[in-house]
Amino acid sequence: MTLGLINANPVVHAKKERVARSEDPHGEDAVDPLEIYDFVRDIRDPEHPYSLEQLSVLSEESITVDEKLGRILITFTPTIQHCSMAAVIGLCLRVKLKECFPPHFKVDIKVAPGSHADEESVNKQLNDKERVAAALENPNLRQLVDECLYSNEL
Amino acid sequence: MDLLDGNLELKEVQKLQGHTDRVWSLAWNPATTATDVPAVFASCSGDKTVRIWEQSPSTRSWDCKAVLEETHTRTVRSCAWSPSGKLLATASFDATTAIWENVGGDFECVSTLEGHENEVKSLCWNASGSLLATCGRDKTVWIWEVMPGNEFECLQVLQGHTQDVKMVQWHPTMDILFSCSYDNTVKVWWSEDADGDWSCVQTLGESSNGHSSTVWSLSFNAKGDKLVTCSDDLTLKIWEADIIRMQSGDGYAPWNHLCTLSGYHDRTVFSVHWSR
Repeated sequence: MTLGLINANPVVHAKKERVARSEDPHGEDAVDPLEIYDFVRDIRDPEHPYSLEQLSVLSEESITVDEKLGRILITFTPTIQHCSMAAVIGLCLRVKLKECFPPHFKVDIKVAPGSHADEESVNKQLNDKERVAAALENPNLRQLVDECLYSNEL
Repeated sequence: MDLLDGNLELKEVQKLQGHTDRVWSLAWNPATTATDVPAVFASCSGDKTVRIWEQSPSTRSWDCKAVLEETHTRTVRSCAWSPSGKLLATASFDATTAIWENVGGDFECVSTLEGHENEVKSLCWNASGSLLATCGRDKTVWIWEVMPGNEFECLQVLQGHTQDVKMVQWHPTMDILFSCSYDNTVKVWWSEDADGDWSCVQTLGESSNGHSSTVWSLSFNAKGDKLVTCSDDLTLKIWEADIIRMQSGDGYAPWNHLCTLSGYHDRTVFSVHWSR
């Protein structure tokens, strides 16, 4: 990445202790928000060598599931109001979840209300499937997303 | 006819496998909708190819007759047959539009239209097949003239939308062009005479009872006096215009909002089509 990061000194939090979960009492079909959180908590931030959980971009409360409607809502909090990487983080979440869930689950990704200066504009882009598909065909963007998803566990 | 009798149930007849990525769009070949000709349609995909499907008259099953590949280098988003059914135009995220011709069962790419700065999202031939319109994420709409020998000349680049243009559609009976966009509006483009410049003569936006989010698609009824639009705002809207006045050469007659269909969909409505 280039010199002069916009948010050069982010606040880093300790990783929350992982709890081993027992057999899902609701059966195999149930979608547990905490399970989804496990898939995304270690995604690396595009600018800093920390996970989205460590930077408090995501927390367990970020995920809500409506099983009846087959919908997942993820709300994330960029580290600063003018985060230029908000769209990239959103794309990382989309790609990661697509790998984990069957297509009939609809996923909505939004920035936490009030957490970003261009909230409406970022949310609109992140939830336009055509824009997302085209963005992921951009090799530079795809490489950045892959680095965030597949870099080694910290 | 079943639809008119109120029998509105859709029954799956066959599942067609072949594409290896999301199928974005398809188009019936208009020359094959007569009863004694095997029906044909084209499908386009994120796998960068276009497939041509034909129904066997004896078995009634659908087979893939051709795969149009090694031309587009990114997702093929949309396709449209010319009114004669002889040419197929395909729009791609690779910023080009390809024109294909059926040469004895094989489809050859006879022309490539370049100019858009990035992803081309939609295209449409006018009723006579003399013009082709394309649109894309670069916010522009291009009008191309079809010349002899499969040559295409850009007539004009229409600026006006402030965001990604999702779809273009010609009016079924007159050379009036409609475009819909991520900027939440539908724009109407008109040229006074055949040689004149095209300009935006109307914008259907929020102030004219228009949509409050991305407009993804639009469709005309057969007569061309009604238009339906659908949007990310979860609604469909019906619009009407005084076609008789326009057809009689009395200048442009504006489209007016007739009604909004809301409460039927709880997610984005991506596509709409008026039956013939």
